[in-house]
Order: sequence, then structure tokens, then C-alpha cells
Amino acid sequence: MAKLSRADVEHVAHLARLGLTEEEMARLEGQLNHILDQYAILTTLDTEKIPPTAQTIELANILRDDAVTPSLSTDDALANAPERSGNHFVVPAILGGEGGA
Amino acid sequence: MADLTRLYAHEMSRLLRGGEVSSRELTEAHLAAAERQNRALNAWLAIYRDDALAQADAADARIAKARRAGAAALAALHPLCGVPVGLKDLVSVKGGQATAGSKILAGYIAPFDSTVTARLRDAGAAILGKTNMDEFAMGSSTEHSAYGPTANPWDLTRVPGGSSGGSAAVVAAYHAPVSIGTDTGGSIRQPASMCGIVGLKPTYGRVSRYGIVAFASSLDQIGPFARDARDAALLLHAVSGRDERDATSAPIPVPPELLSLPESDDEAAGYLKGRRIALPREYFVEGMEAGVAARVREAVAAIEAAGAAVEEVSLPHTHYGLATYYIIAPAECSSNLARYDGVKYGFADRSSGEFIADYLRTRGAGFGPEVKRRIMLGTYALSAGYYDAYYLKAQKVRTLIKADFDAIWAAGFDAICAPTSPTVAFPFGARLEDPVAMYLLDACTLPVNMAGLPGVSIPAGLSEGLPVGLQIIGAPWSELAMLRLARAYEAITARATWRALEPAELQLTDDPTTPSPVERRRRNAGAPATGSGGQS
Repeated sequence: MAKLSRADVEHVAHLARLGLTEEEMARLEGQLNHILDQYAILTTLDTEKIPPTAQTIELANILRDDAVTPSLSTDDALANAPERSGNHFVVPAILGGEGGA
Repeated sequence: MADLTRLYAHEMSRLLRGGEVSSRELTEAHLAAAERQNRALNAWLAIYRDDALAQADAADARIAKARRAGAAALAALHPLCGVPVGLKDLVSVKGGQATAGSKILAGYIAPFDSTVTARLRDAGAAILGKTNMDEFAMGSSTEHSAYGPTANPWDLTRVPGGSSGGSAAVVAAYHAPVSIGTDTGGSIRQPASMCGIVGLKPTYGRVSRYGIVAFASSLDQIGPFARDARDAALLLHAVSGRDERDATSAPIPVPPELLSLPESDDEAAGYLKGRRIALPREYFVEGMEAGVAARVREAVAAIEAAGAAVEEVSLPHTHYGLATYYIIAPAECSSNLARYDGVKYGFADRSSGEFIADYLRTRGAGFGPEVKRRIMLGTYALSAGYYDAYYLKAQKVRTLIKADFDAIWAAGFDAICAPTSPTVAFPFGARLEDPVAMYLLDACTLPVNMAGLPGVSIPAGLSEGLPVGLQIIGAPWSELAMLRLARAYEAITARATWRALEPAELQLTDDPTTPSPVERRRRNAGAPATGSGGQS
């Protein structure tokens, strides 16, 4: 299977929005490759005709009436916000910066 | 009366109803033990003395009122009314912390009760506090808690297992008769095994996950710890059943017989006659300690001698479980943990003023090493070009693993018996350097999560003075049958010498000179604070 390079580690860390130190990157490169080596065993199985399993209990769709029920108050919902303005979460500015990937 | 902390929940229930003890007395006794011994164990992250006593007083009032109203009113109370419980610190209790063992949730205050919490309040339980755990339930030793490791009451230099190590340790240490944990790849059963208690992971969908911090949503399930099968059944009964707030909770009836597992050993043992038990040869894995294998084989022999038919079977895809699990669980975790963005709650670093950079700083500083490792693995397995090779492949192998179990139930077996953990509790730091070595500890438990099945670990004696767990795996929704089997095993081993033993180093936790787990770690200089570690 694939081998992760240092550039791959940096790329995946960016995709995951994880700020990692140089030391963390170096350690992860070795550890992730060691773990990926363990995955190789799966290539020995022929799964061409096997359907994937995403969940194990055979539940049909569960529906409910479209009725209003009590929910959190605005104050409760905002109580843990790192930054609040009136009845709003303050989010970091996303325009004018480097922009998302 | 003798030490109230040594009572089982079912005994407390009887004494409470008879007016022989109050919930306040029970709760006070357990709080005192927890407060006195937690420095040496670090099993509790929060102790709710005032709230627990208020809940105890409310339970005493309910019981007194029911007693005045007559036998029917008394019988209508849940057996856990007035009984103290502990909750893993990822279960939301309104107004309390829910750190999930992570720095990123330090200071977070839950704005609502989880369904499990609400059901325990309805039952009348007294919530003593929140227990330590591996960060976001990722780990097999509780060493990945951002709040320091938990010590095992059997040997304070060893881990209690994980990720629900705190919940296991508080029950083993008699700080609570029962507690709640979660199990994604073995996180209830493995610490139960290492602490010498009962731990049950129910069928996927049995217990609502509303208000529980998510790790891997196709695998996570909530379940009870207890010191015997009857108490585990009581707690399972209290929290189980369909909840409209969790669409993955199943509309399957909760058997009322969970409240009446047999008290008499003779009656309990009779359950084994004619049962068919499967013993899967692949579960005696490479690297399994000889003492563990010996205890498990002795337990199965005792079950056979009491009238069950034991047959060796094969679950041929067991060997692929580890790789499959360590693709699926990290993939789901990388998706679930995307919510920690420093906007709605949790730690936030906004010092750069630029949103991508702020994300990187917030998540880089907020998550610990094992969580980062799993987010990286999962993000990679789901990324463009690798999805088919890793994630889709793993989901297909998951089908094969589940089919192995389906064939066992189709062949008419009542249950599978297997080891829970390949080893007994190990010393702090012993497996922190090599993630794969830590992950291997989950080989016998994680296939059960991937198939969505119920599994329970029960004490089966000691190896080198440390507890060994016997795992019983059942067909979907067969928790009652599994607990009857567990109760039967307790009955046929009721007079075994090891049953009477208390955790060997529990008394040391009363000594104020005994070092805390964090102090031990500091003394073990050379062992890095970072590292790796198992399952969930």
C-alpha cells in the first residue's frame, strides 16, 4: 500500500486543520506508516463482490411528526461560545484572508 | 451496619425499601470513600457532593412516600432509586462539565442532560460525579487523559484499562456500586476485565446516545459497569430503550426480566443446562498471556461441567478485525471531531486573526497525541484517491466479520465465550511508545463492535494477582440471555477463593503518602508524556 511522505503528512494535517509542530510531524510520519503497514493484510482478501456495511442494525427510516418541541434557549445555546455578540456566535472572518482549501 | 460501600446495588435497593438505610447514608459513605481515595487513584474528574446528596434526599422522600402508599407503590420504584452511580466524563449532566478527557473541552458546561442522565434521574439514582477517561475515548489505558492517568486499585503502578478506566476503577474501589461507560472497540469490557468487575457493551442501538460526546458513530455504545451481573442488569434496564432524540436508538422492547435475575445460586446455575456455547479458536491470539488463556479455558470448562455444550468454532475473519477497525474508527472520528472548531464551544485560539491559522492553532493545541494520530489516519483514509483502498475496503471486510458471527447464531449457538483482553493490567508507560502494540490489546473486543453485537466481560479469576475477564458475546438484543449466563457463572464459582478478594492495593489509597498517578509518571522520568494507545 501507499507510503506516506513528509509532504503527505503536512497535506493531511492541513486537510484535518491540525496545527502540528515539526517534532509531531516527524513522529507521526513514522507512526502512521507503521500503522498503514498493518492495513496491508486487507489486500489479501477478495472483496470484489462483497457489499459494504455502514451500520449493523436493520432499522428502517424513523420518522416523526413535524411538530415544534422545546429546545435550548438562545442564552443556553450561546453560553459556551468563546465569543458572543448579542444573540450570535462570533466567527473568524473568512473573507479577505487566505481563503479555504 | 457493616461498610455501606461493600453493598451491591440490589442489596441497597432492598435495605432502602425496608427503611434499614437511607440514600443519604449510602451516598455519604460513597462520597467519603471517593474523596479520600481519589488522590491516589485519579479516577474521578469531578465529584458532585452537594448535588448527589440533594438527589439522595429526594430519593429518600420518594421511597418514604411510596412506603406510605403501599406495596404496589414501592414495587413501582426503580431498583436504582436511592443508589449512587458514577458517569464517564463524556455524559452530559446539565450544568456540569463534560471534558471527554480533553483539554479542548476544558471549561465546557453541558447545557442539557443526556438521555442516560435523564433516565437515571427518573429512576432516582444519585449521581456522584464524572470519571476519568482516555481523551475522546481513544485509548486502552486511560493514559491518554489530558487530566492524568487513573491507577488500577489492584496495583497502583498499573493502568486500569481504557478508555472507561475511571468508571471501572471507581466500581472496583467501591466508590460506587455501578457506573456508566462507553465502548467503541472494547472501552467498557477491557477495563472491566483489568479491574476485576462486570462491564457490558449492549447491542448497537440499545441505549440512546443523545448527550454523549461522539467518537465513532457506527460503533459507539453506552453501557454499565457493576460488581455483579444482577447490578449490571439493573443499570442496563434503567438507561435502555428507544429515544426519539437519537434516531439510531432502536424501538426494541427492554426486557423487564432484567430486574429479576435469579438470587439463588441453584436457580441461576440451572440456566446452563443444554445451552450451546461457541469457543472461537482465533480469539486465543498470538501474544496472549498464558495465565489469561488458562483462566478463560478453566471458566469455559466450568460452564461445560455445569451442563452447557461447548464447541470449538472458527470466526475466520477475526484476524482482519484490527486493520478494519483502525480504518473505520479513525475515519468516523476525523469526521466527528471536525466540530471542534473554536466557534460554538470549547477552547479557541484566535490570536492570528486569520481563520485557517486560528483553526490550526485551536485544534493543534486542544487535542492530545492519540487524538491527533487518529484524526490524521482517518482524514488520510477518507481523502481523495485513498477512499476505495482504505475506507470502502474496510467496510466490505466489516461485512465479512459480521457474517462470521451471523453464521454462529444461524447454527443455533446461545453465546460465544472468549477472552476479553489478551493481557492483564500492564504498568504505566509500558505500551505508550508503539501504537500498534497498544492497538493489539483490542483484538478480542473490537470485532463485536463492528458487528453491532452485545458483549459482557465478567471476572474469571486472577493471573499473577491481577484480574482476568471472560467475555460473553451474544446475538443482537440478547443482553438478558448473556446476563443470565453471566449470573450462572457467578453461581457456579460463588465459593471460589478469588471471589472474596478485594483489590490488592486499595488500602494503600487511604495512605496520604501514596503517590498520585501523575506523581508516579513524573518519577518515571524517561518515559515520554506523548505516545500512543489503543481503541476506545
